Amino acid sequence: MIVHFSQIATILLMVAGLYVVIARGNMVKKLIGLSLFQTSVYLLYILPGKVLGGTPPILDPARAVYANPLPHVLILTAIVVGIATLALGLTLVVRIKEAYGTIEEDEILAKEGPKENLKDRVRNRSKSGRGGTAA
Amino acid sequence: MIETTVTILLLLMLGAVTIGIVRVRGLFAAVVLLGVYSFLMATLFVVLDAVDVAMTEAAVGAGVSTVFFLGALSLTDTVEAPGKRRQIMPLFVAVVTAGALLWGLSDLPEFGSPDQPIHRQGADYLVRSMPETGIANVVSAVLASYRGFDTLGETTVVFTAGMGILALLRRRRGEGKS
Repeated sequence: MIVHFSQIATILLMVAGLYVVIARGNMVKKLIGLSLFQTSVYLLYILPGKVLGGTPPILDPARAVYANPLPHVLILTAIVVGIATLALGLTLVVRIKEAYGTIEEDEILAKEGPKENLKDRVRNRSKSGRGGTAA
Repeated sequence: MIETTVTILLLLMLGAVTIGIVRVRGLFAAVVLLGVYSFLMATLFVVLDAVDVAMTEAAVGAGVSTVFFLGALSLTDTVEAPGKRRQIMPLFVAVVTAGALLWGLSDLPEFGSPDQPIHRQGADYLVRSMPETGIANVVSAVLASYRGFDTLGETTVVFTAGMGILALLRRRRGEGKS
């Protein structure tokens, strides 16, 4: 079990991010948890590419052992996609703050009023015409 | 040996920062700690021989994303409301997930061993890169030559996200006028 110390640590970091996403009601804190989770997944991908005593995958006649370059490429793509989705999420948080005056999940749900039945909501929407639900 | 020791040290520091992020209530503190987390992760990537990833993580993960978070905080609240939420269910989900993942670990290869499947299977870009593309940095060769379509897809995602952000912010400005 102890030979897997790196994967165990990665899983614990990942689960900490998951816990923050579920347990905290603050939207920015949720996004912070999501970033934690995401960064740990990068680590999970990079870990198996490492060879002890190896060098970064930049070819040099004096070296023979390199890390595997494929996970590095995949994670480069993932980092850039991650920042794009994070920016979109933060913009949504800013919009929610303007619409509701708060970014706490509980307070937003309280302002929404009692939960509407899904059937009623569909009926109301069809009554008021399509797309007529702008806040 | 030294590589393993440094990896363990960095993982312990990452664990300490993560505990800080989970416990702290101020959002500014959490964002700064997230920046620290990203820098530690970038250092760990250098130790794991992923220098290109380390540079991107330091620039994008610790730099740009911290700036985005601070910008969002300046437009919203900076302190989390004291939680009255029940904490048992999230803890249960987290523990079950961790248990399932740890259970699946037993088949994974040892840290840093050269006979992992990842080094034996699949396309051997380390051999093909030099004769086929003439690029010494294999990560660049794979990114731009062998897997160029991945990068195209990535650009599409970034473009879509940018359009979404513009649409959201423009709508806000339009409402401000009316």
